[in-house]
Amino acid sequence: MIEVIGPYAGQLLMGLMLTLKVALSSFAIGLALAVIATPLTQSARNPLRYVLDVYVTVIRGIPELLVIFLIFYGGTVALTKLSGSYFEVDALSAGIVALAAVSFAYLVEILRAALQAIPKGQTEAALVLGLSRSQLFTRIILPQMFKRALPGIGNQWLIILKESALVSIIGLEELMRKSVIAAGATHHPLTFYMSAACLYVAVTAVSSAAFGAAERRLNPAPR
Amino acid sequence: MSYDLFMASIPVILEGFRLTVIITLAAFLLGQVAALPLALAAASRHRVVAWPAQFYIFFVRGSPVLVQLFIIYYGLGGLEAVRDSILWPILKEPVGCAILAVGLNSAAYVGALLRGAITQIPPGQSEAARILGLGRWQTLTRVVLPQAYRDVLPVLGNEITLVMKASSLASAVTVIEMTGAARVMVSRTFAPFEAFTVAGLFYLGLALIFAWVFRFVERRSAIPGLSNRES
Repeated sequence: MIEVIGPYAGQLLMGLMLTLKVALSSFAIGLALAVIATPLTQSARNPLRYVLDVYVTVIRGIPELLVIFLIFYGGTVALTKLSGSYFEVDALSAGIVALAAVSFAYLVEILRAALQAIPKGQTEAALVLGLSRSQLFTRIILPQMFKRALPGIGNQWLIILKESALVSIIGLEELMRKSVIAAGATHHPLTFYMSAACLYVAVTAVSSAAFGAAERRLNPAPR
Repeated sequence: MSYDLFMASIPVILEGFRLTVIITLAAFLLGQVAALPLALAAASRHRVVAWPAQFYIFFVRGSPVLVQLFIIYYGLGGLEAVRDSILWPILKEPVGCAILAVGLNSAAYVGALLRGAITQIPPGQSEAARILGLGRWQTLTRVVLPQAYRDVLPVLGNEITLVMKASSLASAVTVIEMTGAARVMVSRTFAPFEAFTVAGLFYLGLALIFAWVFRFVERRSAIPGLSNRES
């Protein structure tokens, strides 16, 4: 088995790096947008709230693969029309945009639930004490929101990491695609798909250990 | 968006709709059937029983469904021993592999969920049931499982939607279900928005139906006056 994997080990690791790049970028973009969008959903009169509700429902109800295809093929058509000359969306950008759009929807839901769990009295108290609106958000609301949302955020990271494998279907040479290539070249599919699975498991195990440690740090055992 | 291409996509994608429904329901059912023994094994006090089940849950939840599908379709399908086994009629068909991969994946998630629900039930209940003369099997089926299933029911409604979404991966192993059909339409007409929007609408419709069915089951199975979760 070692002599089969050996020549491809470098390739698999390069694939793993690209997998991490796709997953981390889309997760970071999704999280940043969700942090901006979540407070906007709190005021009852903001019409953006309904737009966001529909968006979340749609994303939750359609396969991620469909979102990836839509952005990959649709992006090429739309950008070609817009720019007037042929413009092809590459698999890396399409993958990052699609997964960011998906994780954004789920993260908004997670952050919204965390935000609603913070007692209203805190906002009133902070304003009475003379904190500005932006101070209130960055010093009082945001830290508590993150603390409450941490398990959900960690879970969403694991989901996005695993879903990044779907980008291999539009040809991005991340871990999954590298294994397909190696499996095809060596006629040892089981060996390479198992190796890929083990690498994914290793990353998810390390990630959940890290998130678990962060949660314990933020929530010390009650005395 | 062209209206004509939008309408032309509908019959093409409807042909894939049937397979999407079949894969989703079969995989969900397989997941449910496999999840129960898995959960019981993982909740067991005997390590020899618990560890393999826990490892299965850990490994399957830690890797992408697509890898699992490829392990089953390309990996197992290539083994001599599998070609001679009774499972071959299922494993030689890409649809069978998709059902197996998505179902076994769902089993790990549901198994972990059920295990949690089972261990949440106070052990005093089982002790009381045994003292009242119920056998092990009766204690399990009449005391433990009805409570555990009521507990996980809201999440199961979510799970079938996830299974439906995962069924789209079958298109990666040549199955022309809805996502595959939409992609065929796109390659024929190069009109991605129309075809993918039609497919998306069908998926959304299915997801809404599943959500509705599960809410109905939840209402019917609830014990009047007893709610174990605030909503």
